[in-house]
Amino acid sequence: MKAAVLLIPLLPLASFIITGFFGRRYFKDKSHYLSVASVAISWILSMYVFIQVERGQTLSWQLYTWIAAGKFHVDIGFLVDELTAIMLLVVSTVGLMVHIYSIGYMHGDKGYYRFFAYINLFMFSMFMLVLANNYLLLYVFWEAVGLCSYLLIAFWFPKLSASNAGMKAFLVNRVGDFGFSLGIMLIFVTLGTLDYSSVFAAAGTIGGGMVTAICLLLFTGAVGKSAQFPLHVWLPDAMEGPTPVSSLIHAATMVNAGVYMVARSSPLFAHSHTAMLVVAAIGTFTAIFAAIIALVQNDIKKVLAYSTISQLGYMFMALGVGAWTAAMFHLLAHGFFKGLLFLCSGSVIHALGGEQDMRKMGGLRKKIKITYWTFFIGALALSGFPGLSGFFSKDAILSGAFSGGYWYFWIVALITVFLTAFYSFRLIFMTFHSEPRMDAKVFAHVHESPPVMTAPLIVLSVPTVVAGLFLGIPPESGHIDHFLHRVFAAAIVTPEHQFGFLSGSLMAISAVVGIGGILLAWHFYLRCPFLPAATCKRAGRLYTLALNKFYVDEIYFAVFINPLRRFSRWLWRIVDAGVIDGAVNGAGWLALGAGRLLRPIQTGKVQGYLFAMFLGLLALMVVYIILTL
Amino acid sequence: MTPLQHYLVLSGALFSVGAWGVLARRSIIMVVMCLELMFNAVNIALVAFSNYANAGAGRGEVFVFFVLAIAAAEVAVGLAIGIAMYRLREKLDVDELDEMRG
Amino acid sequence: MYSFQQQVGFPILSVMTFLPTLGALAMLLLMRGRPHLYKYTALATTGATFILSLAMVWKFDQYTADFQFIEKVNWIQRLGASYHMGVDGISVLLILLTTLLSLIIIPASWNYIKDRELGFFASFLFLETGMLGTFCARDLLLFYVFWEIMLIPMYFIIGVWGGPRRVYAALKFFLFTMAGSVLMLVAIVGIAYLARPNQYAAPVFDLDQLQHAVFSFPVQMAAFLAFFIAFAIKVPMWPLHTWLPDAHVEAPTAGSVILAGVLLKMGGYGIIRFCIPLFPDAVVTAMPYILILSIIAIIYGALVSLVQKDLKKLVAYSSVSHMGFVTGGIFAFSVIGLEGALLVMFSHGLLTGALFLMVGFMYERLHTREISAMGGLASPFPVMAAFLLFFTLGSLGLPGLSGFVGEFLSLLGLFTYNKAMAVVAAAGIIMAAAYLLWMYLRVMFVETRDEKWFRLSDLNLREIASLAPLAGLAVWVGVYPDTFINIIQPSASHLINHISPYLAQHGDFLTRFFASLGGGR
Repeated sequence: MKAAVLLIPLLPLASFIITGFFGRRYFKDKSHYLSVASVAISWILSMYVFIQVERGQTLSWQLYTWIAAGKFHVDIGFLVDELTAIMLLVVSTVGLMVHIYSIGYMHGDKGYYRFFAYINLFMFSMFMLVLANNYLLLYVFWEAVGLCSYLLIAFWFPKLSASNAGMKAFLVNRVGDFGFSLGIMLIFVTLGTLDYSSVFAAAGTIGGGMVTAICLLLFTGAVGKSAQFPLHVWLPDAMEGPTPVSSLIHAATMVNAGVYMVARSSPLFAHSHTAMLVVAAIGTFTAIFAAIIALVQNDIKKVLAYSTISQLGYMFMALGVGAWTAAMFHLLAHGFFKGLLFLCSGSVIHALGGEQDMRKMGGLRKKIKITYWTFFIGALALSGFPGLSGFFSKDAILSGAFSGGYWYFWIVALITVFLTAFYSFRLIFMTFHSEPRMDAKVFAHVHESPPVMTAPLIVLSVPTVVAGLFLGIPPESGHIDHFLHRVFAAAIVTPEHQFGFLSGSLMAISAVVGIGGILLAWHFYLRCPFLPAATCKRAGRLYTLALNKFYVDEIYFAVFINPLRRFSRWLWRIVDAGVIDGAVNGAGWLALGAGRLLRPIQTGKVQGYLFAMFLGLLALMVVYIILTL
Repeated sequence: MTPLQHYLVLSGALFSVGAWGVLARRSIIMVVMCLELMFNAVNIALVAFSNYANAGAGRGEVFVFFVLAIAAAEVAVGLAIGIAMYRLREKLDVDELDEMRG
Repeated sequence: MYSFQQQVGFPILSVMTFLPTLGALAMLLLMRGRPHLYKYTALATTGATFILSLAMVWKFDQYTADFQFIEKVNWIQRLGASYHMGVDGISVLLILLTTLLSLIIIPASWNYIKDRELGFFASFLFLETGMLGTFCARDLLLFYVFWEIMLIPMYFIIGVWGGPRRVYAALKFFLFTMAGSVLMLVAIVGIAYLARPNQYAAPVFDLDQLQHAVFSFPVQMAAFLAFFIAFAIKVPMWPLHTWLPDAHVEAPTAGSVILAGVLLKMGGYGIIRFCIPLFPDAVVTAMPYILILSIIAIIYGALVSLVQKDLKKLVAYSSVSHMGFVTGGIFAFSVIGLEGALLVMFSHGLLTGALFLMVGFMYERLHTREISAMGGLASPFPVMAAFLLFFTLGSLGLPGLSGFVGEFLSLLGLFTYNKAMAVVAAAGIIMAAAYLLWMYLRVMFVETRDEKWFRLSDLNLREIASLAPLAGLAVWVGVYPDTFINIIQPSASHLINHISPYLAQHGDFLTRFFASLGGGR
């Protein structure tokens, strides 16, 4: 098992190094061989590790001492338990599928080798992130996945918007990481260690205020990475990256890191009711906030991006109300179906030759059948259609919120379920149904993607359909609950209860609400196509607000970025060049001026100097005589 | 024996003449010559003091020899500068030499 | 009296220190008029020096805080000054950095310098002697001599081979540094006389003896301030930093590399080596104020970097910000913070040195350093883009590269002292990402601005060879910093042990104020 755990991250790393160094010269359009092979082996090993963990074997392994300075001691080491195993499962499966898909999607791109090198680096970092056994190592790879995200968003760097989006992603994440790193320091200062096991063992001894502070700081990091309000702004822009990247990094894996981190820290969070409440509140708010924006977006990827934000909000709500397992369940299910949805949207974009605006789509159903059906399955799962994975995981969250007594969160979440179903099927109907709204020429060229792209779609739709049935039945005490029980044992606050009448009716309600959303979308976009425009006009200001994403970006620019830049310019021009350098140069000028003042004395005439000397001598003599008298 | 004062008056007069020359004369040759006068005035004073204070020890006389040697060297250098200057400007006026004016 | 520690069989520190001088003399005396020989002589000399320094590190005993490879010869007996050399863990690392950077700049300026090559390479060799001597000296007067020796070649390097405003920059550099040095000289003489055991004894310049001398508080304070101002100018600490951007912009590439890589480290080194052991009371009193200045430097440097238009100026201001972490780490007075500060110094030398090299390479191709004149360089120069990205990321503190370890540790040190300060300082890391990535975006990304650039060549082997060792070391420090921390550890804890009794009995207004604000120690 140790060898497997070591190889899982190292293979992609090796592939990254080889592809990155030699790809441009030697591999070129064969760059994917090594890359896909390494991830495939990592996937097999991950499966092996997963099975081992399921058999009850966990691993805690110190590899070597990384930093030992004074009292500060951090190891590089691995921790493999059930939580890690689930993450490994999602990361490696979606990762492998995206790798395969990219062979087709990125075919012929100038940076083909670069793309595969970067996503290999990402796989390495993500594997290490979930395998790490202490907070600092987690932080290291937390930043590393951020770097890969930056590189891949800005992959088409000649495009200004892509470069800007990459930078924005990194910077917004840095703001979150600022809190995260302070949280880590606070943990170290209070407990003297960063190792998960020792930190969690000592979690109870920290005391109220401090543990809340630690948790909130850690959560800041999660807010950044998992794109929660108010740091969600980077994720929609991140759609500038190639679609496989959006699927892998910005839907299925990296953005889940925040959820993973909070889940991992559950023993800490369990000690702070306040922090939990904040997590739940921010999650719930983000869920509905992003869902509202998703309702009106016209870019196919943007809709999915806001949907991702919203779904991540669900997970945080689950974490906050103490439904840890539900959060992880939803993470798993969402990883599969959202990865699938993004890959499908990539296939659509590919078919249309780069078009992303849904207003210029429509009627694609017949032309790209595989994409349509897989997309449909994904959307059903996203809407929480009974029987699919999304249904079970979402229901687990809802009932967790309800049974935990957080009925207000439950109501908001229920509304979000409705909105989610609506925008998912708005997407489907606008893209695949009704009449084609693009040029006839473009429409004629529409073609199904090559098998190397459609195969991953089919593969990913399998867990999308069955994961819920396998893991989630019976609800609340299904397979996944037993699997994760040990990890969250210390943190579970609400008593476990059996699936009963109450849970059953909750489930029915959410199913009905979801189907209601689908039906409304059908009514709006297929039955009465004039309705959306009319509604928009009636909603007026609200519609503009949502269309412009509530102007969050603009507010940030007006409140933070522009004043900061103006202030910096002022510092440079006035303080640096004016005051400080002015003082320095002023001293110089003072010396010069004094010199100029005294200059005429220096006539250059030797006899004049001599005369002065004699006078001086005379004066001295007179003084001497007077003094001696 | 001639009293010390006589020597000192002579020395002082000679020194003053020299000093006046150094300060007032324009020609570099005259300035150098007047410098010599000042040196010699000092020499007279030294010898006179030596003779009166500690006759036979010759301490003052030793100084005089030093001064003579230095004066010779100084004249040599001074005249050399004078010649160089004459070559450069065809003039020996001290007032013209104000390159070092501030 | 002559003695040296028989660790290697020959006085390795002196040989290492004066080898570059020998090379320079050989160049000046034997090779006049044979320009092709200068470069190779310089390369060979710095190479040999580097190997010697490696040998020294190899033989260095990292389990003791004692000084090693000690050499002691009487020098000016009546003044009590001796030629006393020795190194401990703190200097070893910086010596290694010095010899490495000195070696690297020679090939990097292979084609850059076209005129008066003899003077250029000889200046660098003299400079290397000065720098190495400064890190080895164990005698205040000797230290001062080496300290001043550094100044002159650097003055010429900026003033002769620099850019259009080189004279202004060189003069500014010289005057700032000189102002500090003069103050320091006064303090050196002052404490040397005050430390005499009796009125008839020779003054004491030897650090081993001075360490045991006890000065009254006013003396400590005055001497500390004099020393500290000299070092703060070198660091450079806000608000004494304005010479740095000018000097960097005007200096030739190699000069910038040495300036940022080594000369700035002299400030931090001086504080650690002299201020803390000699004036513990004063240092502890000044601590909160200096920490505040450090934090201002971090934020201020970062903000001003954000709006720079000249690439070199941007890197220069970023140095101000990074060096804030050095002084912050030092004055937090914990083993963690001190080691962090030293690692920041080391890593800043690697990364900023490399950044300046890269700016030089760009300048050789594009003949501009204006950020707005660049753009889209990544398409014609992919290798350059990769290297620049690497060093940029290192500089903004990406974990896994050297910058992170040092900055994290010094922040942690600061955090244990005062949480509020650490929070503000940590905000500097966000801004570092902002100005560096924004710079990278405007230089490397977006549309290629000029089609002509596609006809220019990417980094050649010589240039890659000068960057690769820096990149390799940056990864090494980032992934396995223990190699370096182990060297520092004994000396650092020794120093902290020395200062901690003073810390314990200390409590002034500001400390209490911040303690109430941020939870405190």
